Amino acid sequence: MGSQTPWVYVGIFVLVGLFIPIAAIAIATFLGPKKPNAIKQSTYECGIETVGDSWIQFKAQYYIFALVFLIFDVETVFLFPWAVSLNSLGIFAVFEGIIFILILLAGLIYAWKKGMLEWA
Amino acid sequence: MTTMQVLFLFFAAIILGSAIKVVTTKKMIHAAFWLVVALFGIAALYAMLNAGFLAMVQIVVYVGAIAILFIFAVMLTRKELLDKGAALNNNKTIAALISLVFFGGLLLLLTNWSGFTKMAPDLPEGDMVAKLGEALVTPNAYLLPFEVASVLLLAALIGAVYVANEARSE
Amino acid sequence: MDSALIWEMVIKSLVLILALLTGFAYLTYYERRGLARIQSRVGPNRAGPAGLLQPIADAVKLIFKEEFTPGQAYKVIFILAPIITVIPAILITATVPWGGTVTIGGREVMLGIADINIGVLYIMSVASIAVYGVVLAGWASNNKYAMMGGLRSTAQMISYELALGLSFVGVILLANSMRMTEIVEAQRGLWFAFLQPVGAVVFFFATLAELNRGPFDMPEAEQELSAGYNVEYSGMKFALFFMAEYTKMVSISAIIATLFWGGYRGPFIDTMPGLGPLYMFIKIFFILFMMIWVRASWPRIRYDRLMDLGWKILLPLSLSLVFINATGILLNQMWLIPLLSIGAGFLAIQAINLSLRRKENAR
Repeated sequence: MGSQTPWVYVGIFVLVGLFIPIAAIAIATFLGPKKPNAIKQSTYECGIETVGDSWIQFKAQYYIFALVFLIFDVETVFLFPWAVSLNSLGIFAVFEGIIFILILLAGLIYAWKKGMLEWA
Repeated sequence: MTTMQVLFLFFAAIILGSAIKVVTTKKMIHAAFWLVVALFGIAALYAMLNAGFLAMVQIVVYVGAIAILFIFAVMLTRKELLDKGAALNNNKTIAALISLVFFGGLLLLLTNWSGFTKMAPDLPEGDMVAKLGEALVTPNAYLLPFEVASVLLLAALIGAVYVANEARSE
Repeated sequence: MDSALIWEMVIKSLVLILALLTGFAYLTYYERRGLARIQSRVGPNRAGPAGLLQPIADAVKLIFKEEFTPGQAYKVIFILAPIITVIPAILITATVPWGGTVTIGGREVMLGIADINIGVLYIMSVASIAVYGVVLAGWASNNKYAMMGGLRSTAQMISYELALGLSFVGVILLANSMRMTEIVEAQRGLWFAFLQPVGAVVFFFATLAELNRGPFDMPEAEQELSAGYNVEYSGMKFALFFMAEYTKMVSISAIIATLFWGGYRGPFIDTMPGLGPLYMFIKIFFILFMMIWVRASWPRIRYDRLMDLGWKILLPLSLSLVFINATGILLNQMWLIPLLSIGAGFLAIQAINLSLRRKENAR
């Protein structure tokens, strides 16, 4: 087992944690009253009848933010091990990390200047 | 069978099952959700292989970012989200043939590889993540890939911004 | 791996989860009383002495409520979504240490679930999957409000996750480790909130946005989206969303306490390790009060400003804090870190001021 042991603990924690919400829903399903009718089951839009589909096409901006996020997320993940070992590294290695950040900072500035970060 | 083997088979079944669902389900958004399940299974396999860092990175990057990107993409590109189109088309025989050849090739390569039947060696002592960090910035280890990765990310970002700008000006 | 160890883990998990659920129940009471006090009201005071039984009364009511399932919803995912929302809120505490090692009945017991060497990254990964419950709820409800709430919440959470992740990097730099217990030990002399005050503030705001709490509660903005992603939910399923939000508040407060406010450390902790949970409780109590106070004092911010704050202020600021921490450690001049970071924080506030003034002039 060795160093996998903490993951076994996390696994046990997940299983015990799963039990709570499932039990809550099950208890409520058994004990709660059930008298459905067509009006109760209609979509709630403040009393107005629903018009059209809820699957409408969404703003492209959401996608662009997700794209920029993905790139910086990968960068952050690379910085984690670098940050852990910073103390045992020389000046050279620290500068390597800083160059890594600067290259990506250039990307952020580019996206900013191109107006990609505007929610318009 | 040991507990580890049972767990492995369990996760492998989840991965394969959800991967099949990804390609056969008719609704694109369902495919994206099944993909998330498959990616989780892979993270669990990494954790079982003692690669905790990789497991977490798998979740942060693939489940937390790339799958979200897919979901946004599905919501943006398809007006008709409940796509009832067929998941299979006329090219299925050719596709099956190509993937069979590809699978056979991989199997051949792997069985001829000397490490295929060996057990993984024990991990060296010390903090693995610190070792990884050192390796990333040591010139005769992975320094060049590390810096090239940042340039690659920059290129991806600029490409994305350019394409998005084009789309917006239309 | 013996079976006694597995039983110990099951018991520890149960104790922690029950503690979190009690924390959730009484946090709702605490918030209602706190908000009432801030707004010169009394708040719930009928059920039991000083209203202390209010959470139990709420729970009993919710169990016996009828649950509606909208006719055109996707049933399976509609039921799964609240469960998927609750799980990360509980899971995120797995790596938080609640104290040192204590001896209970002749057994050495570590107060905490798992001390993983990548504890901080684990927290980040669980935070990044918390989005799915909201997305699935919004999607499965088949309702326009719910859909908009889910989308907004996703975009907001991913935007603030970057500032969150980079604040983690700052803490890792200071502690030189990703193991939560070592981060706590590294704060033996000075809490990181004093060494890196701006980092603590950035982290606090990023977590508020991750929690979808005021002033960042856009996903459930009552005035525009009626309730956002949970508009179609009722009864116990709605309670589970509520539970997820408040449990997450407790969990995240525990994480803030661990990363910046010395964790379970306090006076006499080295001689009496059993005091750890008590110190954690006191710190969590104060951080929760901060969250309630912020909600009571600040109006919800506009969506474009929310995105601006995340991408144009907090992201560059947290990147510069990483630089500052690395510089201070490299030169071995720790006093530089608070000095430079307060300077950077001041610049950020100036930038916010300037942008607000420009928008005012443009109108």
